[in-house]
Amino acid sequence: MENTVEIRWHGRGGQGAKTAALLLADVAFKGGKYVQGFPEYGPERMGAPITAYNRISAEPVTVHSNIYDPDYVVVVDDGLLESTDVTHGLKETGAIIINTEKEKEALLPLLHGYRGEVYTLDAKAISMQALGKNYPNSPMLAAVVAVSGVMEQEEFLKEMLDSFRHKFAKKPEVIDGNMKALELTFAEITKAKKGGVNP
Amino acid sequence: MAVRERLSGNEAVAYAIKQINPDVMPAFPITPSTEIPQYVANYIANGEIDTEFIPVESEHSAMSATVGASAAGARALTATSSCGLALMWEELYVAASNRLPIVLALVNRALSGPININADHSDSMGARDSGWIQIYAESNQEVYDNFLQAFLIAEHKDVMLPVMICQDGFITSHGVENILLVEDDQVKEFVGEREPEHYLLNPNETLAVGPYAVSSYYMETKRGQREAMINARKVILEVADRFQAMTGRQYGFFEAYRLEDADYAVVIIGSAAGTCKAAIEQIRNTTGKKVGLLKIRVFRPFPEEEIAAALAHVKAVAILDRSEMFSATSGPLGAEVRAALYQAKGTAETVNYFYGLGGRDITVEDFCQVYENLEKIATEHKVTDMYEYIGLRTK
Repeated sequence: MENTVEIRWHGRGGQGAKTAALLLADVAFKGGKYVQGFPEYGPERMGAPITAYNRISAEPVTVHSNIYDPDYVVVVDDGLLESTDVTHGLKETGAIIINTEKEKEALLPLLHGYRGEVYTLDAKAISMQALGKNYPNSPMLAAVVAVSGVMEQEEFLKEMLDSFRHKFAKKPEVIDGNMKALELTFAEITKAKKGGVNP
Repeated sequence: MAVRERLSGNEAVAYAIKQINPDVMPAFPITPSTEIPQYVANYIANGEIDTEFIPVESEHSAMSATVGASAAGARALTATSSCGLALMWEELYVAASNRLPIVLALVNRALSGPININADHSDSMGARDSGWIQIYAESNQEVYDNFLQAFLIAEHKDVMLPVMICQDGFITSHGVENILLVEDDQVKEFVGEREPEHYLLNPNETLAVGPYAVSSYYMETKRGQREAMINARKVILEVADRFQAMTGRQYGFFEAYRLEDADYAVVIIGSAAGTCKAAIEQIRNTTGKKVGLLKIRVFRPFPEEEIAAALAHVKAVAILDRSEMFSATSGPLGAEVRAALYQAKGTAETVNYFYGLGGRDITVEDFCQVYENLEKIATEHKVTDMYEYIGLRTK
């Protein structure tokens, strides 16, 4: 277990937190890891808070419980910060990544005194810039890879290119945009790490 | 060469069905098993298999049509969960008593009410007396492997019983994990084709399936089903041996995990066994205490003697049930394991826990607590309650 990276995703039904968790499992699997990606289902309706999870490890993972002390938390909708303690159990050696248009300072009071690293990312702006459409999943996926280091960035980009080529075989024009979104996110996170703006 | 993949439990079962290419699949959707017929319907629509898919109007009809197809001589199967299985109740008994080698992909889910879509074993445990063989899985790998073995067990001439291949709803059915798939041609060779001895579409042999049985015949039919269940023990192990020869993966009636030298043991069914294994490693690594696990794979037929023998040296046993039977004493697994130990004059203290009802989570820490309690029970030789709860809210 100590070699397993545990990630918890918070989103709202319909926003793709579950899809993002499954995508992360997918890409880590392709990178040779043992993976789990699974959703926690409450009452299912569009807009209801939902949680999804990842375990990623170099060894087989047998645990089948939810994750209570994650290494990383990803928040797909900053509106959840008001109603949910998304930092609950989050390790202070880890980090939280929040998709938001707001300044980080505006969100800190909602993080229940969490003392680990806090990253914010405007996934919508990145997606609009790269794709001209709001698909925040790709940037959030890249952000969690960049922050957690669960896999090498180059390997991640290679696997994502493969899977975009497969997924968008009939509309290859969106492949470049999706790849661009990943690269822009990596640049953002690198800047945040170096510049001290984030964390 | 095995194919390295990552699939959800539902995807894994659908993939096994694709590789088997059965003759007939009638099905009606119900969460969390819906994806299985959905994926199979896709395979059929894409021309990858030529299974006859029958979209029926209820689970009652799903099992009725499966019974009809199997009696006609087809290799037939269906999938369901929870209330869907409850609606099949009548036909479950019809399938078993007519000795039809049907396979049912059951994705375990709590029975209503209150209505709940999450995992527990109340659906299949309620059907435990219906005459079906029941095989359970811890992981996506296991449910896939079990499914590949199911028809061989069901169709064996000494068995001829329906088989329920069970997995935990959402936990494995919707969780994506690494899995090793067997290559298509190997599966094809392994499962072969059904060669029915007696079947309705045989023009050379007149046959009645499911006629009325007066009192002077009914009891012998039941005796015959019992004989088949006894024979299933041998056949289940033979098929597992063949499967091991093909894949290297070993299966039996149960998995004994670090049980050989264990002082304290948990007996459990399903996905939570994996969480228990992590607790065992943690306890052994940090305290050196000898803790182990007996994970039931085959619940019907019930491997009573083998379980008692495997637990003979243990000081205390916790039997964990993921369903109620409202006897006001044990749960179904608790009652049967205790009976097995009593019959074998076992000396272990036993305690029965209810956990995970309606999808209530069970964690590594919960299992650590269970083992601590077992040590206390063994030391004090005192079981305060015949059954306890894990994760029950008291306020």
